[in-house]
Amino acid sequence: MGEKVLMKGNEAIAEAAVKAGCRYFFGYPITPQNEIPAYLSWRLPEVGGVFLQAESEVAASNMVYGAAGAGARVLTSSSSPGISLKAEGISYIAGAELPAVIVNMMRGGPGLGGIQPAQSDYFQATKGMAHGDFHLLVLAPSSVQEAVDLTIDAFALADKYRNPVMLLADGMIGQMMEPVEFTREIDPETLPDKPWATNGAKGREKNIINSLALDPAELEKHNLKLKAKYDQMKEEEVRFASKGLDDAETVIVAYGTAARIAASAIELARQVGYKVGLIRPITLFPFPEEIINQTADKVANFLTIEMSTGQMIEDVRLAVNGKKPVHFYGRTGGMIPSPEEIFEQIKIIGGAKE
Amino acid sequence: MKEVAGKPAALTDKPFHYCPGCTHGIIHRLTAEVIDELGIREETIGIAPVGCSVLAYEYFDCDMHEASHGRAPAVATGVKRVHPDKVVFTYQGDGDLASIGTAEIVHAANRGENITTIFVNNAIYGMTGGQMAPTTLIDQKTKTSPAGRSRELTGSPLKISEMLSVLDGVTYLERVSVHDTKHIIKAKKAIKKAFEIQLAGKGFAMVEVLSTCPTNWGMTPIEAMKWLEENMIPIYKPGVLKDIEDGE
Ligand SMILES: Cc1ncc(C[n+]2csc(CCOP(=O)(O)OP(=O)(O)O)c2C)c(N)n1
Ligand code: SF4
Repeated sequence: MGEKVLMKGNEAIAEAAVKAGCRYFFGYPITPQNEIPAYLSWRLPEVGGVFLQAESEVAASNMVYGAAGAGARVLTSSSSPGISLKAEGISYIAGAELPAVIVNMMRGGPGLGGIQPAQSDYFQATKGMAHGDFHLLVLAPSSVQEAVDLTIDAFALADKYRNPVMLLADGMIGQMMEPVEFTREIDPETLPDKPWATNGAKGREKNIINSLALDPAELEKHNLKLKAKYDQMKEEEVRFASKGLDDAETVIVAYGTAARIAASAIELARQVGYKVGLIRPITLFPFPEEIINQTADKVANFLTIEMSTGQMIEDVRLAVNGKKPVHFYGRTGGMIPSPEEIFEQIKIIGGAKE
Repeated sequence: MKEVAGKPAALTDKPFHYCPGCTHGIIHRLTAEVIDELGIREETIGIAPVGCSVLAYEYFDCDMHEASHGRAPAVATGVKRVHPDKVVFTYQGDGDLASIGTAEIVHAANRGENITTIFVNNAIYGMTGGQMAPTTLIDQKTKTSPAGRSRELTGSPLKISEMLSVLDGVTYLERVSVHDTKHIIKAKKAIKKAFEIQLAGKGFAMVEVLSTCPTNWGMTPIEAMKWLEENMIPIYKPGVLKDIEDGE
């Protein structure tokens, strides 16, 4: 531990799950996340865990539901079309208040779409994963190291809230190689007991893992309990990174791969006098509203950059709350914006310099 | 073993919500009696389906999961992989197992998951008000086949147990019925064997239990028992479909 190794994003996430004490993985192959199951297929047995390739994503997410209810730290990973199929199990996991971690290495959509990196599942991840009144906690890494750290955090957050946590990245993060360091390693034997889990009702009342409540008053009470958890997440879990806000006139809001590219564009722009800053949400739910709202008092305008036709921009607009204009630039379908393209947008918004 | 008024310890005191004459209750009881006799109540984790028996998690007095419609075998797989030393069973209707959940049951069986499945076939969707199931008989009238099930339109009754019996992963598969005492005794034996196979670590075991739905069949309980015997038994013939121990 503590030494840097060069790893592909997907493999680094897989190793991070093992380091987090996860010993169970259920999944189904799909590009561009195939290195995660491939890695875990040998790595989990090595540490006494179970890797199982399911017959479909529907089955995989319901296996996760079973394993999580049985008390295990459990992971599944997929990419966009597969996540749509996992939605069923994820809704039940949220309803039954089970901890589980789901990785989505987004690719272009809708439908079968393509296999190149995209950010077009933002709505799905943060708002419309599946039926019912629930949210995932959504973490968005923008480097391989951050993917490792957030994967390890994801398991702890899932346990803290008894709620599914999604690591939302794109094919670019999954495929690129970067040096990473694993500074934490958790022995699953040392994790706190889960007294609610099903492991045989020996000398205790039986435990039930369930999301059914036929009495609407009871279901309302349950949903309000879930909402209280989401409110607590908003209080305690908001994460973001920022740069250059002190003197910025324009602030770019971008996450994941788009934020990396935006950072390069900002360097180009600053060289010729454009005062541009960056707010990079790391948690997409809960969304870093406060910093965006406060920043709106100081800057002239915002520019949201996404690898979609504009999804996160709706949350940016809500946070800005009409105080300043919010512009948008995006590429979609697996196309990746270049720093130069973004720089062009900065010039359009900022007007001519010198 | 605690027995309150003849109730197996593996059943809670909660009264069943099933319609009068519905045989879900008998099948619950047989399963619970087997759990008692094997002394495994505190080691058992049951998976309830979506269907009339959705509340099975309230009736069995052991750890329970409520699965989504048809996915009980996948949920059971997740549980069993975490607790290979515990006893895991699914309890599923025919809409659940033979329609929406066909993929999950086929693959759990084919993997030879060391679990036990109690498959309750009443040839109809009970819970949603009597729609056609894949197991509905030809000419059987349901809410969605008001003129009787037509083979041309919807195919033939799905014999999922026969299909599953050809899979290498299946150790034991028997079809039984509960329409009279003689058959009930046989049904219990089969259920017991299906649990014993799991306890011995021998792989996937399933018992298909032919069951009634007087409410949606539009019959009295007695008529329903008779209808089962005269109409379902000829199509879904009771008997052992697979038993590896018998060298089959
Ligand atoms: C995904 C999904 N689709 C449909 C339903 C509605 N539904 C509930 S029970 C059921 C059929 C159950 O029939 P069966 O499995 O035969 O059990 P029975 O009620 O006859 O015991 C259906 C279609 C549902 N709950 N979930
Ligand atoms: S509707 Fe049919 S299957 Fe459901 S409880 Fe009533 S009789 Fe039983």
